[in-house]
Amino acid sequence: MELTKELEDAIVAPGPQGFHPPSAAELGVLTPDKGHGLKFGHVVAEELAMEAMARTMLTRKNATIFPGPLVLWNWNEHAADKARAVLELAAQLPEVLVIPMPDYRPKYPKVEPEEVINPNHPNLTIWGNKIEACIFIGVHCHYANLTLKMIRAGTNCWTSAICAEQGHEDAMFTVRDSDAAKIRRVVAVFKRVREEMGIKLPENGENVRFTGLQSRVHDGITHTNPLNFGPSVDPESGNAAAFGHKAENMKSEG
Amino acid sequence: MSEGLEAEIKTNPQGDPITSAPEAPKADSAKGRKDPHGAAKSQVEVSPEFMFFEAPREREFITGSECAKEAVRRSNVDMSVAYPITPQSETLQLIGVLYGEGYVKEFYRGEEEYGVMSAIAGASRAGVRAFTATAGPGTLRGLEPIVSWAGHRLPAVCMFTCRVVNAPLAIQPDNIEIAYLLHSGMLVFHAENQQDLFDFIMKAFIISEKNDVTLPVGVCCDGFFVTHARGYCAMPDKKFKLPARDPYRGSVPVLDAENPPARLSRDAPVQKSNFMAYNIHAVWQQEVWAGVERSRKYIEQYMDGLLEAQDVDGADVLLVASGSAAAQSREAVRQCQERGIKAGLIKIRSLRPFPTNELRKLCGKAKLIVIPEFNYTGWLAKDVATAIYGFSNAKIVAGPHVYGGMSMPVEMITDEIECGLTGKKSNTVPPSAIMGVADPAAVAEFMKSI
Repeated sequence: MELTKELEDAIVAPGPQGFHPPSAAELGVLTPDKGHGLKFGHVVAEELAMEAMARTMLTRKNATIFPGPLVLWNWNEHAADKARAVLELAAQLPEVLVIPMPDYRPKYPKVEPEEVINPNHPNLTIWGNKIEACIFIGVHCHYANLTLKMIRAGTNCWTSAICAEQGHEDAMFTVRDSDAAKIRRVVAVFKRVREEMGIKLPENGENVRFTGLQSRVHDGITHTNPLNFGPSVDPESGNAAAFGHKAENMKSEG
Repeated sequence: MSEGLEAEIKTNPQGDPITSAPEAPKADSAKGRKDPHGAAKSQVEVSPEFMFFEAPREREFITGSECAKEAVRRSNVDMSVAYPITPQSETLQLIGVLYGEGYVKEFYRGEEEYGVMSAIAGASRAGVRAFTATAGPGTLRGLEPIVSWAGHRLPAVCMFTCRVVNAPLAIQPDNIEIAYLLHSGMLVFHAENQQDLFDFIMKAFIISEKNDVTLPVGVCCDGFFVTHARGYCAMPDKKFKLPARDPYRGSVPVLDAENPPARLSRDAPVQKSNFMAYNIHAVWQQEVWAGVERSRKYIEQYMDGLLEAQDVDGADVLLVASGSAAAQSREAVRQCQERGIKAGLIKIRSLRPFPTNELRKLCGKAKLIVIPEFNYTGWLAKDVATAIYGFSNAKIVAGPHVYGGMSMPVEMITDEIECGLTGKKSNTVPPSAIMGVADPAAVAEFMKSI
């Protein structure tokens, strides 16, 4: 009942919203101030936005995390730490998919929806994997906003955006200023909500479900433990830190 | 540099001494040479809040072009590209002086405006703070790259010193070119005077580089009236400068061919139409205008709002104006008040984003709204009427207008106020430019009170 009421009052409502819906900004929704998040276009305490993300990702079909370039590439030590935090987030969600957005180049002549998502046609990856809930994290804000608008227009996917800057008004749920510390706060909220809902993780820790393509390149195994993956920070390996990118460039808080 | 050159008094093209030029530093007796960039190197970065609101200011009586120079001096600008056109030429000539003094790191003269605006795009995409200026026909020649800045999410500041657009050829004041900028996706500010120009340019850099904005800003002023005339301008000490641009905090990756993954910064070929589906272009445009909307809170924070209201409470007559027309309107308001007419002024600082909600609140009770402009088409009146439609029953007079280099006598405005209130036929505004009809009984009652 509570959710029904929230959906009735939603300004940024889940899709599909139609051929060409107005942007959230056109609907009068703008990014939240510090310490706040957005839930269906309404400003709320950021803890509430995190809880809404958790419930959505724990209950809707084929929940997927879409990590972007800011956490996929080894820019610096802080980016690597954020990437670890994203894997910790994935470790809280049974059967979650992880599909990367490694860059912003349109994938033509054909996108492989089990391999990547792309901001120029994100709906194809959503449709291709029947994704009904997702989190974007580590995507440059302009491209995240394009993606979120298109998904809301043409799919029934409930979107969340964990943003290092000011947040995203076109997502159903968003929090802002998300450095590694903030992402780990999100992880803690996800853990609490999951336990309150009585949802258990697999005992072997292999809770991330591979897409068909991912399974094929991993010798046919279907699930994996996200904490077995992890970025290395080796200044000798040609990562961006060796070229002067400092953690301060990306750090927003403490 | 020789001793003889150091002693030379700097003058503008008219031969007047440049009063704001720094005194020539004393030669270092030990080495016999001075560092021409010494003063620039000793500048201290301060926060925008300190620069705009806290730093002590001293007034100087200088031209608009000199105000622009002084704003750029304090704005930590990395690159500027020049191409001369009246009445802008002196501005970028003075930026060239700043380059010589080390306040601007890179500067050159382009081949024409299309090239200049394209170079500014490249500089901004590469992550540096960029500034240029143009006017009239130069604006239109550079318009294709200028309009692409917003879509590329390029923070840059361009000053438009508005003048007549050909033909026939003229170099006189006229701000019709703003009409073309209003739909470009850039933020557009309109300076009334020298002080506005100084403040708007500095604040434009900070607002344009906010992550959720990441858009260019056009700072417009009316050519000659502001660029060539002197006015008082209060400025913080030139030892201060704004913080440098942090390009890695922008909403798009910077063009960084030296740091991996270099591929990322070359992604998204936004000029390759065969790669772009209709859907991505549509949401891209929505996103540009969402950025314009997001800039409102920063304009509130740094510019004290999108508009300035003077004597609006209880006013029967409101003048709505921007740029130099605001100065003429301010005097018209004073004269009207002397005659017992309750008149107020709304000066619009930001044309994009447009202060729609603010106008709806302020114009709700007015009986007459007069919108003087320095152009033929009345682009401001169209925006005002659209904004307040359904929120005000006032008669709206889209005029008076002057253009082609004309000045606007204050009497033109006060006459329109009188005509608007009494129903007397106007000598300058055609009936087709008058929107809405005031209640005749209310007008009669109003006239008794004068």
